[in-house]
Amino acid sequence: MKTAVIVFPGSNCDRDLAVALEQVTGRKPDMIWHTDTELPSGLGFIGIPGGFSYGDYLRSGAISARSPVMRAVVAEAERGVPVFGVCNGFQILTETGLLPGALMRNAGLNFVCRDVAMTVENTQSIFTSRYKANEEIRIPVAHHDGNFFADDATLDRLEGEGRVAFRYAEEVNGAARGIAGILNAQGNVLGMMPHPERMIEPAHGGLDGRRLFEGVLEAVA
Amino acid sequence: MKTRIFVTLKGGVLDPQGKAIHHALESLGFSGVNDVRAGKLIELDLAETVTDGEIEEMCKKLLANTVIENYRIERGA
Repeated sequence: MKTAVIVFPGSNCDRDLAVALEQVTGRKPDMIWHTDTELPSGLGFIGIPGGFSYGDYLRSGAISARSPVMRAVVAEAERGVPVFGVCNGFQILTETGLLPGALMRNAGLNFVCRDVAMTVENTQSIFTSRYKANEEIRIPVAHHDGNFFADDATLDRLEGEGRVAFRYAEEVNGAARGIAGILNAQGNVLGMMPHPERMIEPAHGGLDGRRLFEGVLEAVA
Repeated sequence: MKTRIFVTLKGGVLDPQGKAIHHALESLGFSGVNDVRAGKLIELDLAETVTDGEIEEMCKKLLANTVIENYRIERGA
């Protein structure tokens, strides 16, 4: 599977994501700079990494979401290419409108950096097919703005359509209904605050993140 | 021409920063502060040719996230 990782000024998890993708697919991803206007053809997966793109100026992800490369990413997402945004990548996906809601400052105001327990709520998506329904997994978080917010109608719609992919099994950041990750309506775009790319080999303390990438590989390849 | 954009959180949206400021004011001994909401002020220096409609578009497309924020435009004379 051919993959790509989008790199913005201030991204800092792009290499983690690249290592995870190379380990799972056996092929190095293309690293795409934010000023590029076109993506390589035939991509099976586009990753938007964590970090502090543009220093989180204005709002986390706001400036990146308007960068040239994101227009190409939105077009690919609309064609059905799997797009995965982690942490700052999730913030960027909400700012582009590919995913609903917004990520606000953590309710406790603290930067939260630890492994957290969460449950897999949807096992039908390409990202989550390798997990068992309601399985509890542990994945690290590291964020200041992970407090998912959406109005009640949007939250009800997300729940009703099975678009809540992951839910925290403990209090982390004040997120509405404990939402850790959501899917778009078509199911090919996933945004999540926890970092599965940091839980892909035994030395990381577990393999709970690895199955996410393996699931996409299985679905796409 | 200076135009000021005030970006504020919508009513129902939790404002952790406002709460922290509120708490700090109380710890300094200021009583009678019922609530604090923090927002942003963005000052634009605009050419005379920029229309009201264009400023609205700037707010909607970038300056405010209308999922969580309201904005108010104060056009300079």
